[in-house]
Formats: sequence, C-alpha cells, structure tokens
Amino acid sequence: MIKIDIRKKLQGAMGAMNLEVNLDIKDGEFVAISGESGSGKTTLLRILAGLEDSDGLIEVDGEIWQDSHNILTPQKRKIGFVFQDYALFENMNILQNLLYVNEDKALALYLLEMTQLQKLQSRHPNSLSGGQKQRVSICRAMMRKPKLLLLDEPLSALDPFMRTKLQQELLNLHKEFNTTTIMVSHDPSEIYKLATRAIVLQNGNIKVDGRTKEVLLKTQGSQKFSFEGELLELKKVDVIYIAIVAIGQQIVEVALSEKESYGFKVGQNITLSTKAFSPTVH
Amino acid sequence: MFKILSSINYEPFFLSFKLASLTMTILFLISLPLSWYLSQTKSNIKPFIEAITALPIVLPPSVLGFYILWALSANSPLGAFFENVFGVKLVFSFTGLVVASCFYSLPFMVQPLQGGFESINKNMLEASYLAGKSKLQTIFRVALPNMKPALLSALIVTFAHTIGEFGVVLMVGGSIPGETKVASVAIYEMVEIMDYSTAHIYSIIMLSISFIVLLSVYLFNANYNKRFGFTK
Repeated sequence: MIKIDIRKKLQGAMGAMNLEVNLDIKDGEFVAISGESGSGKTTLLRILAGLEDSDGLIEVDGEIWQDSHNILTPQKRKIGFVFQDYALFENMNILQNLLYVNEDKALALYLLEMTQLQKLQSRHPNSLSGGQKQRVSICRAMMRKPKLLLLDEPLSALDPFMRTKLQQELLNLHKEFNTTTIMVSHDPSEIYKLATRAIVLQNGNIKVDGRTKEVLLKTQGSQKFSFEGELLELKKVDVIYIAIVAIGQQIVEVALSEKESYGFKVGQNITLSTKAFSPTVH
Repeated sequence: MFKILSSINYEPFFLSFKLASLTMTILFLISLPLSWYLSQTKSNIKPFIEAITALPIVLPPSVLGFYILWALSANSPLGAFFENVFGVKLVFSFTGLVVASCFYSLPFMVQPLQGGFESINKNMLEASYLAGKSKLQTIFRVALPNMKPALLSALIVTFAHTIGEFGVVLMVGGSIPGETKVASVAIYEMVEIMDYSTAHIYSIIMLSISFIVLLSVYLFNANYNKRFGFTK
C-alpha cells in the first residue's frame, strides 16, 4: 500500500502552478498517468523517487519515505526508475549495468533471459538499438527489487513495432514480479494494455481517476462507437456539408445537414459517434 | 653531439617534472570536489567562485607572484604558521613553488573537470543514486569513466602548464640550483649569460615534450570520440 499526499509549487510554462496530489495505490497495482505537458506528471515521479523535494507525506508499505520531519534520499528508497532517454551507464557493458545496482548475478541473468538480451550481455550500450537500450534500462530498474517502479514515458521514443513488443515484456515482468508500478504515458492503447487504473493530471491536480476501461472508453449511453478528433475542414457541397476530421492517423469524411454543421469551427476538437447506422456529430 | 648532450645538466628538468607531478596530484584532489560542486550547484555564489578560479588565466604572473610571495613570506600569517608549526620556509623553497603552482594552475584543472561533469547526462547520475550509490561512488564509477577526454585534458594540461610556468616561479622561488631552478628559469639564465647552445638544447627539449604531450591528448580524444560515436 502506497500513500501519497504531496504539494509543491511549480514554475510551469503557463506561470506558477500548484502540484497537489493525494493518492492511495494498492500493492501490485499498475497505474498510468497521462495529461498535457506541464501538468506535473514527470515532477510527480521525481518527487516519489526523492529526486525533487516537496511538502507532504509519502508512505510505502508502512515505511515513511517522506513526512514533515524526514525525507529519505533517493539512495534509501527502493525505487526502480526508467527514464525516457534510457540513461544507461555508457562505460559499463549490459551485465555490468545490472550488477552495478545489485550483485545478484542470478537475478540479472534471469531478467536478461526474460527480455531476450542474454546474448548482448557483454555489449556496451552505445552499440544497442533504442528498443534494446530501453529493455536494459527496465531490467536495471528491476535489479533494485523495487517496491515501486516508475516509468517516465518509457516507450515514447520507440517505433510502433518495438512499442508493442516492449509493452508485452512490461506486462510479463509485471505478472512475474507484481511490482507496484506508475507509468507516465500518452498512448491510450498502451495504457489500456498495461494499466489497471488510469489517472489524468491537469494543472497539477488529479482530474480523472478510475479503472482504465471507464476512463478510456468514450462511448456513452446508446452510442455504438465514438472517436475524438480534430475538425480540419467544413465545406458546403450542394445542399449538405462535408466535415473532414482527423482521428488519430486517419482522415475521415462525414456528411452533415446544414443544421448539424452549425456552430463548428475548423481546428476544434470534436467527438464523432454513431447510434445504430445514423452517424451524429456533436 | 653526444658529448655536448651528456655534458648538459638535466637537473632543472627533473625539478620541473617533480614540481609538475606534485602540483597535478594535489590539484586533482582539490579540484575534484570543487569542480563537482560547481557542475551541480545552482547557487548564486557559483559565478563568484568561477571568477576567482579563473583569475590565474588573466592575471599577469608578476601580480600573482607578488601576492603569493607576500602571502607566503614569514611576515604573513600563513608563512608564519608554516614556519612555526612545520618548520618549513615557503619563500625561495621547493615547497613554496608547489603552493604557488597550485594557485597558478588551478583553472587548468578545474575548468576541464567542471566541463566534463556538466557534460554527463544528469539522468545517468540520478540512475546511480536510485541504484543506492552514494555521490562519491557515482563520481568514481559513473561520472569520471564517462568523461575520460576531459579527465585526461585536465591532468595533462595542468602538468604541461606547470612545466611551462616562468614568472610566478621566478618571483616565488628565485633560482636556487637543485631547489627552485626549474627548466624554464634555467633557460632564462642561460640566455642571460649568453650560453646559447645550452639554451638551445633546453628549449628544444621543452618544445618536443610539450608537442608530444599535446599530440597524445588530441590523438586520444579523437580515438575516443570515434569509438563512442561522438561527433564533437
């Protein structure tokens, strides 16, 4: 059980902002945090790791990591941290990177085997691909036998194929070790696959906190499907209007009546959904 | 030719090397914590410390020499302290030369080390802290091994710069044979007494050593950057 109740004043791009997070996380839970850039996601992870100071309480399994009297240094917290830029020790080979954290060679070899890296164990980080580096970085974090694993957009620098592969590996590791995990991610499919709980931060506060499915699935009531997109163009063709909408990587055309098209502006974020076979835009 | 070479007194060179090795070692120990602090701090006093550390680069050696001479003399508290407690005279002695060289060469050790520490990915250092390692372990096992060119530059340039110093050495040490008469001072003296052949030999030795030292630094860095894929 992890209790977090922290406050910190931040200087963001939009001026001063208060980060205020109050969270209870159950053992073995996999929590995904998303939110706009500058909403305090990375700062929250860094505060949990002890890399930045803040006011308030952090308690992990009954052990106080931080309260008004004491703050444990990063060295004393059992944290596994995976950085977006891998941050491997360039002067050490892969196996040495793992053994630097913890001299348990059996665990190191087991983790390398799980992530199919055992053949690369004597290579240096600069000779690996991004996906391989990030796998080493995840293994290195697990070497600490962490009570809390923190992943800061771990897969965002990788191509889609490598992402899918590493998502599976993260899932395998989570099943195997059942480590309580907090991951910052912007990818809904990644969050859906990995996390059991999704939190959305906005301006330093928790805006949404719920089960992954409830947070991510946008359909409501009798809607059969629902997409969020950006209105790119709205043009009049004869008696109807055609809306061009970007949904993810796809561009979609939707026919609207004059009444339906009223009030929309190009560049606006819209929800596109349908009930039965009659599409509606609202 | 051999006769001339063997008749030359090489003592000033041994003295120069002894001085440079000692200065390099002492400065490394002093500069390591100082440059680490400068690379990590966001404190307002950082620019002041940086400016003071860089002073020896721009000050005329005579100014530096004068102040050091004044500070080390038996009339100053520091000089008196050394004379009373350790029985060491700092002015016109080898020990005084070492102290003076440490001031004179300080920026040549601190600046490359600070640059090296600053070039290390902060996340890499944090990853080491999160692995439970102390700052000291992080410096020796992660930071220094990942900045070998900067480390080598700091050590070699400090060494070479100490060998090459003249003004401060002359003012603080004078020219006592076997004690403070280092190579650069010896050359000056040879020219003064118009012994040009000895001056030539001394000078060509200094020139060759300096060139070889600098060449090896640049060769090492080129090779290191190629191996680790840096384009810098």
